[in-house]
Amino acid sequence: MYRYDEFDAAFVKERVSQFRDQVERRLQGDLTEDQFRIHRLMNGVYLQLHAYMLRIAIPYGALSSRQMRKLAHIGRVFDRGYGHFTTRQNLQFNWPALKDIPAILDELAQVEMHALQTSGNCIRNVTADHFAGAAADEHDDPRPYAEILRQWSSIHPEFTYLPRKFKIAVTGAEKDRAAIQVHDIGYQLKRNEQGELGMAVYVGGGQGRTPMVALKIRDFLPVKDMLSYTEAIVRVYNLEGRRDNKYKARIKILVHETGAEAIRQKVEDEFAKRDDVLTLPHDEIERIKAYFKPPVLAQREARSQTFDARRQSDPAFAAFVKSNLFAHKIDGYGIVTISLKPIGGIPGDATSDQMDVVADLAERYGHDEIRVSHEQNLVLPYVALDDVPAVYDHLVKAQLATANAGLISDIICCPGLDFCSLATARSIPIAQRLSEHFGAGEKARDIGGLKIKISGCINACGHHHVGHIGILGLERKGIETYQLTLGGSGDEICTVGSITGPGFSSDQIIDAVDCVVNTYLNLRTSAEESFIDTYRRVGMAPFKKVLYERDTGADI
Amino acid sequence: MPVFKNGHFIDDQWRMIAEGEDVPPSGHVILPLEWWLAERGAFEGSHVPLGVKIEPDTQLAAMVDDLSRFSLIAIHFPKFGDGRGYSHARLLRERYGFKGELRAVGDVLIDQLQVMSRCGIDAFDITDPATEKALRQGHSPLVTHFYQPAAAHEIPVGTRSWARRPA
Repeated sequence: MYRYDEFDAAFVKERVSQFRDQVERRLQGDLTEDQFRIHRLMNGVYLQLHAYMLRIAIPYGALSSRQMRKLAHIGRVFDRGYGHFTTRQNLQFNWPALKDIPAILDELAQVEMHALQTSGNCIRNVTADHFAGAAADEHDDPRPYAEILRQWSSIHPEFTYLPRKFKIAVTGAEKDRAAIQVHDIGYQLKRNEQGELGMAVYVGGGQGRTPMVALKIRDFLPVKDMLSYTEAIVRVYNLEGRRDNKYKARIKILVHETGAEAIRQKVEDEFAKRDDVLTLPHDEIERIKAYFKPPVLAQREARSQTFDARRQSDPAFAAFVKSNLFAHKIDGYGIVTISLKPIGGIPGDATSDQMDVVADLAERYGHDEIRVSHEQNLVLPYVALDDVPAVYDHLVKAQLATANAGLISDIICCPGLDFCSLATARSIPIAQRLSEHFGAGEKARDIGGLKIKISGCINACGHHHVGHIGILGLERKGIETYQLTLGGSGDEICTVGSITGPGFSSDQIIDAVDCVVNTYLNLRTSAEESFIDTYRRVGMAPFKKVLYERDTGADI
Repeated sequence: MPVFKNGHFIDDQWRMIAEGEDVPPSGHVILPLEWWLAERGAFEGSHVPLGVKIEPDTQLAAMVDDLSRFSLIAIHFPKFGDGRGYSHARLLRERYGFKGELRAVGDVLIDQLQVMSRCGIDAFDITDPATEKALRQGHSPLVTHFYQPAAAHEIPVGTRSWARRPA
């Protein structure tokens, strides 16, 4: 994992002092709320419906056990004993007092953490594949590049007052687990014919009220040019992105209004004028890469007898393995997903006690490494197959062993109207009811891989546009109503879902989703054909017919 | 308005030209860019010290050939959250090699001074009372470590490669 050197530590410390000074000047009246707001946001502090919310950065979702314990501690001391893991691989505390925030930031700084740039119109926390460094299908590890981007974008003097927020994601595999095509910039590591490492560059993806799939503007960019190219893109955006309307200010609108070829030309022209300052020297890339060297893993047999025996004798364990264990690039190891989607629970929430359990497991069985996935789960990327049964038993005790990773009850959900000041409808109760309806048992396994994503407003923090089934909560004449979309996908075949038709009331929405799922089960050619594949084969029509030719699909 | 430069408030020789006013023989007036573009022919052969003011939506390409004619470029920040002036400043300094004064005017606040100066702005027209107070009290920036190259030579060579200026 990346470890701060003196430079990083000094930087974060100074930044905390700076924010403390800004808070004091706000309290003295030297800063107006409007002037202060931008600093508050840049330090991760939001004002929500009921309280301040602090969003802590977890760069590319990587945590050590020490850091996880610190988060647990902060949750216990300064919040209500839990935290919420987000779709940007970050952690939010929903109930801190403003007066405690500088103290929380001091605590975080002790474990090389901060809340910088988790909000504001700047380059946000850079995300990456949560299986980075461990996945069998990886070209190269994206984390060193995400880390270089994180460093370079921290209080960037030119890019701290952009037209709107700016999100970058990096993946190193063909299978896109980082949803790079719905980011402002998505980088995908790849190799050219000479075997050199570079990246495909995607620009202008995003969700929100105008969802767009990113355009690929470069097929192969040598990695040494990553920062120069990023600078060119962000500079074009800073100068030309719209500032007259905050809903049209993201780069996706600029890309869309300018046209793909024109935007590519502008970026390439800007890139062509670069000087060498940002060219990454080979030695420096290697220096950063050294931090991400895989842990020394003892050599093991590809098959584990302990593991196989338990799998044969214990159906619950077998079900857990089937959904929550992912192939590792090293024989005899696996990647364990810890679902934060207990049946009927709040997606992404973890109690401080659960965080401590995960920290203990990472330390004892997982080479001290934990990842947060953008799907709001936790991951232990280096577990020996021999140890998986023991890890599972501990997870069961901590109520963390829900066997539903990637299944229908592994729902992404924004905080919605229960917490968020922007929301127009509640999203968490819908997620809870769907989770209870489908569960994590035989029924969910039969349905197979299916991603439901729920947002409580048009800003789409719950990624509903790229849900295989997406749900958008709106308010119509004072009543919560839910729009259903089908066929979205945030992976390498990225598509924005289509709206089925008129929305559904809170009472009807579970039934509507059930109806969609049953239609899929009737239409699939075999259990091997997933929901999204079936949808792509048959299209919207059969789903629409079943949904709206029933009595319950009221026109709201 | 008091102008802050090189760590203190200075006696400012410059002022914005008034509408309809003729450029005085002593110069030291700042012209709106449109004015300059419309009348630049009239200044041929003249060595009167001139400044020009650019707006967030200014296309620098329209004026880069004239840079040597200006002693000062005022970059207007109509609202502190409008960050286009930062790109203009860096481009003027780093790409086009402007050596004169780059002055931030408009909504210029204490918390933005440091990033402005890292982009190459070296003078600040201060209208915000709290900012003036803080500067007169000797408020100094609390962050001194940076990850990026900037116009100011602030980072020891070797600290971060992407933070290193070529000699």
